[in-house]
Amino acid sequence: MFVVIVGAGKVGLNTARSLTHMGHEVIVIEQRRMRYNLLLPELEEKLLLGDGTEIWVLEKAGIARADMVAAVTGDDEDNVIISEMAKMKWGVPKVVARVNNPRNQATFDLLGIDATVCAATLLISMIQHELPVHKFVPLLSLKSANVELVELEVSDESPFAQRQIQDIHLPDGVLLTAILRDGRALLARSGETILPNDYVLCLLEPGREKELIHIFLPSERPEDIRAQTSTDVITE
Amino acid sequence: MYVIIAGCGRVGSGMARQLVAEGHEVAIIDENPDSFELLGDDFPARFVTGQAIEWDDLRKAGIEGADAFVAATDGDNTNIVSAQIAQREFEVKCAVARVFDPYRAELFSSAGIRCVCPTQDAKLLLLDAVRSCGLPQAGR
Repeated sequence: MFVVIVGAGKVGLNTARSLTHMGHEVIVIEQRRMRYNLLLPELEEKLLLGDGTEIWVLEKAGIARADMVAAVTGDDEDNVIISEMAKMKWGVPKVVARVNNPRNQATFDLLGIDATVCAATLLISMIQHELPVHKFVPLLSLKSANVELVELEVSDESPFAQRQIQDIHLPDGVLLTAILRDGRALLARSGETILPNDYVLCLLEPGREKELIHIFLPSERPEDIRAQTSTDVITE
Repeated sequence: MYVIIAGCGRVGSGMARQLVAEGHEVAIIDENPDSFELLGDDFPARFVTGQAIEWDDLRKAGIEGADAFVAATDGDNTNIVSAQIAQREFEVKCAVARVFDPYRAELFSSAGIRCVCPTQDAKLLLLDAVRSCGLPQAGR
């Protein structure tokens, strides 16, 4: 696979190293001359100096034959533009973009850039997952595949406490995949019983969170839960 | 009409002054509040210190219900992205972006974003100016 990486910061550099190690062909575009000079001895012909939002620079990198573009600069507007151009002008089959500020996630979504990675959002999810009390945590979102993984608390008053998996009927588009108990995961086999204070992992289609919260946590208002768990908690 | 201008530089502030003189309402967004001094203390506009691509800052400027949005910050990419947000999320009928790079201006124009390219315009005007000097024709 040939991958064009825009931005040779820590993210871009390590992505390039890993892909090279896996046997893929990469080229990394960096516009800061100091950073370029620093990395040139290691990356050699795999490094290109220039503004990766300029069409001629992307063409010089060989974007026309790229199988994938990774827009991982420190500027979200640049990552948006690189992603849009890669799809629009050269029809690059796969585009991955880094979201620096979680508040810009909505813009990536709006403009159809569906494969995004946001370190801050991931970190928040992981921290919430480690907190002693958490009711609902979105763990992973694969928008291009139209699927999300979420974690839900099973409270004492949950209608599913003390019930077996086979007796639980969830709406279409929701799949209960595992039970987390005492820090260990049990696959959700039909005979398994859900206990109070367990957590369950569900796969679902995006947009079904509200429905799921309503079923699992009937005493909670979905708006309150989302407010506590979404990236809205991050403000500058 | 109600117009939001992102970027209070020479172009943004100049447009604001012209629009207000014509009786229109104006809001201006800039990340640097010092830039508002270009318009003086008593200038009748809404000033928002913030980012042109931040939805909340756009809301503060009153983008919900604005008639027009002009992206004239010093960043081409910021301008193209914010004009798309105005057009697609907030359904502003008239969203325009200033884009210095002629190639990006052409590409995003073809994707339905109204771009104004000062570089392209300057090139044509300068060519006209040279031609109007009445110099000898090509081919000796």
